[in-house]
Amino acid sequence: MTQFSTDSQRRADVCVLGGGIVGLAVALGLQRNGLSVTILDEGDSALRASRGNFGLVWVQGKGDTLPEYAAISRLSAQLWANHAQQLKDATGIDVQLQQRGGLFLCLSEPELRERQAMLTRMRVAAGGDYPFETLDLQQLREFIPEAGPEVAGATWGPEDGHLNPLLYLRAMTEHFLQRGGKIDNSGKISRIEPTDSGFTLTSDAGQWHGDQVVLAAGLGNRDLAPQVGLSAPLVPNRGQVLICERVKPFLNYPTGHVRQTNEGTLQLGDSKEDVGFDPGTTTDVIAKIAHRASQMFPLLRDVRLIRAWGALRVMTPDGYPLYEASKQYPGAYLVTCHSGVTLGALHEGPIADWIASDRTELPLEVFNAKRFTL
Amino acid sequence: MNIPVYDLVIIGAGPAGMSAAATASSHGLKIVILDEQTAPGGQIYRSISNPAIADENILGADYYHGRSLLTAMRYANVDYLPGSIVWAVSPDLSISFSRAGKSSQIKAKKLLIATGAQERPVPFPGWTLPGVLTCGAAQILLKSSGLTPAAPLILAGSGPLLLLIAAQLNRAGVEIEAILDTTPKGRYLKSLRYLPAALRNLPLLIKGVGLLVELKRSGIRYVNNVSQLKALPGSNQLLSKLQYSVDNRIETSSCTTLLVHQGVVPNVQLTRALQLEHQWDELQQCWKPSLDSWGESSQAGIFVAGDSGGIAGARAAEYMGELTAQRIAQQLGKLNKESLLKQTAKAGRLLYQQQAIRPFLDAMYQPADEFLKPSDETLVCRCEEVTAGQIRGMVAQGCTGPNQTKAFSRAGMGPCQGRLCGLTVAQIIADERKVPVKDVGYYKIRSPIKPLTIGEIADLAE
Amino acid sequence: MPNALPFKRLTTNSTEWITVYIEGQPVKIRQGDSAAAAVLVAGLQPSRTTVVSGSGRAPYCMMGVCFECLLKIDGVENVQGCMTPACDGMQIVSQQQARQLNRTDFSDSDLSSANLSNKNLTDKKNEDPSV
Repeated sequence: MTQFSTDSQRRADVCVLGGGIVGLAVALGLQRNGLSVTILDEGDSALRASRGNFGLVWVQGKGDTLPEYAAISRLSAQLWANHAQQLKDATGIDVQLQQRGGLFLCLSEPELRERQAMLTRMRVAAGGDYPFETLDLQQLREFIPEAGPEVAGATWGPEDGHLNPLLYLRAMTEHFLQRGGKIDNSGKISRIEPTDSGFTLTSDAGQWHGDQVVLAAGLGNRDLAPQVGLSAPLVPNRGQVLICERVKPFLNYPTGHVRQTNEGTLQLGDSKEDVGFDPGTTTDVIAKIAHRASQMFPLLRDVRLIRAWGALRVMTPDGYPLYEASKQYPGAYLVTCHSGVTLGALHEGPIADWIASDRTELPLEVFNAKRFTL
Repeated sequence: MNIPVYDLVIIGAGPAGMSAAATASSHGLKIVILDEQTAPGGQIYRSISNPAIADENILGADYYHGRSLLTAMRYANVDYLPGSIVWAVSPDLSISFSRAGKSSQIKAKKLLIATGAQERPVPFPGWTLPGVLTCGAAQILLKSSGLTPAAPLILAGSGPLLLLIAAQLNRAGVEIEAILDTTPKGRYLKSLRYLPAALRNLPLLIKGVGLLVELKRSGIRYVNNVSQLKALPGSNQLLSKLQYSVDNRIETSSCTTLLVHQGVVPNVQLTRALQLEHQWDELQQCWKPSLDSWGESSQAGIFVAGDSGGIAGARAAEYMGELTAQRIAQQLGKLNKESLLKQTAKAGRLLYQQQAIRPFLDAMYQPADEFLKPSDETLVCRCEEVTAGQIRGMVAQGCTGPNQTKAFSRAGMGPCQGRLCGLTVAQIIADERKVPVKDVGYYKIRSPIKPLTIGEIADLAE
Repeated sequence: MPNALPFKRLTTNSTEWITVYIEGQPVKIRQGDSAAAAVLVAGLQPSRTTVVSGSGRAPYCMMGVCFECLLKIDGVENVQGCMTPACDGMQIVSQQQARQLNRTDFSDSDLSSANLSNKNLTDKKNEDPSV
């Protein structure tokens, strides 16, 4: 472990709180802007939404009630190829990004129609520029022949894709360390104090000082944000995901509920449960996920489930991200969302640039927490 | 769906489960045993209802003692469900299990986990080669099928089971090339301070000495102070040679079968999945659930008996099963506290005698460092093929625990669900970080604790 | 093909003997032997190759812990051999890396048969989960 003992080692231009997918992506972008960055992270047993992630780089259907969210999701998806390439060039780690389109299967005709209507509304809101197609079962089988007879159809989003979220986490960590970034995971930060020259952060293991501070601690932001004049009204929302044995590749496209990784592992997801801070798995939910997945692809009935996990999504009341600079304490920023993978390229790019320069062309004012108090 | 409810659900039909069932049934409890195996006995009394070997001298009287447990269980009023693989237990004690490719659920008022032990993973270079098996595997083949390993045969490791299986194979007429004892120098001296307590179980000590004498008389080459085991393949991917060091000299032996052993550790998969409190046993170098003296865990109503609650051996498991069953009966109102204490006095004494010898054995046979924290080249995760060196590299990158190295390397994500790498990975991380293993922790284990098909689970959904 | 030195059988208590087929070759084993034991009797080692590197493996723990004895048994891949009692006529072959799913290709012509298999599935679901 790196030991941080002297004062000079405990200073950085920016302290990023949280070493998950969100914190790492922002930290990499800040380094690209020439800033020295330290990530303050928790230990092995933290909640860690980043490690309970389905790995979709997903556009279709995101932001149906907020066009700006639809826009930044699409922007991030477009930036992703470059983001992945840079990580590969720097670390040799291929995050297995694949953006050849994705499918969202519906098990009933009304569900399919409703989804089609939603995507049509989004197309109108985007001024006509919003690519998607609605497929009936027969058309769907041209993409995935194994779709079962209970499937009504699917929507096709050509900009959707997926990647390996664990490799993504690892690639970002390696790249961050390569560039001289520091990760201190010796304890949870309990106090942030604004000072004349920035912020002092205190954990059980000691103090850190940053000229700027970025809150990217997921659910941990709830307690941290008020200390720098921000608010993070986040609630946990549990998702359970089923991981099956590796099988030879058969699923050529990611779907909203089932995807196959490059290694052959099948992932079946996911649930949305409001259960507080319990990241466990439950038999009834696992059974429902398995049932739905095998309706979509009957051949999955033979596949063995190896493990399941629950992870807590970081949710705002409306499900959209929070990007906000503190007015009261300039230099403090809040970055939090539940789609850290999809938005990863955005965080490394324009979001980090905004924090580094305090200027942005993104419509970030719609993503501040005032929307919950109006 | 109408879920059957039992007063007591016992998982596992080894000595603890069998004796608990017999005891609990004497109080008229409605009991079911879910047993992963096809017949009662657990691993220690495996196939006791239908022993394969004709000559009973080979396995010895201790094995056939299992018949008394079997008889007691048969006379008890117990639903016995062999071939039942428990894959989930909810905090409300709903139990999901798979039997003949179909899953069912039952509910327990009280749950007894008696899932026994597994052999401690013994990582060393080449331990994944075909031809390398655990001593326990050889004993299972002997008990259930009367099968003996192909020669040339070498046994390597440390601990009572190593000596026992060597003696059993020898009695069966199997030629053993060598026994390589990896017990580090100085262990005998270290364990001496525990000898006075161990004398309370003189019969077992005498049996141990008897085994050593038997092996000595057999003329099998017995090599002490062996280290740096390395299994080498031949041209056909199979084990062909064993290399090892003794007194700073490297030796090589031809070897078709290598049986390895470094003691046994509790099977904590289910107790971990239930998120029961666990503690690190420094002497035994393993995790075990925290239990009160009746075997009740940190969650009321969930009990653990036998080696899954801490390694103490077959006889201790039998007595613990009895104690636990009495306590459960008392909690269910079948007897009062006073009769509980009276009825458990004898089993308590016997248990105490069995436990008295453990610290001596544990201190003597604590595995050598090379098996706890193997060399960089050694695979630690057999499923995902991750080496000790890779784990060390990830610690250098800032991983503080096994769940982080799992995310970074996939170590622990394969079908064995971390059973063969969990302890090793945690030991390596602790060693690199220079902190105690208890501060490093263990994998987060979640249901299902055994693989099963999506179709089987899907059928549970309404 | 079986190529390793086989495990040898001691004199056993009387029982039935059955025939299993290891990579197509008949092997006489004892009723009650597991599929993994049958593989050791036949000398089929390695009995699988790994999904990651393709290296050879064989039964290791014999008690359901290590998952090294995965086999293809009667056409089903990745079956834990040590937990599977062998039965007469069983076809056992080595597991080669990742398993292949039996594809269900629902082309238009067999939509009806697909519906049929789906009906079977529903029937199964309605069975009483007797314990």
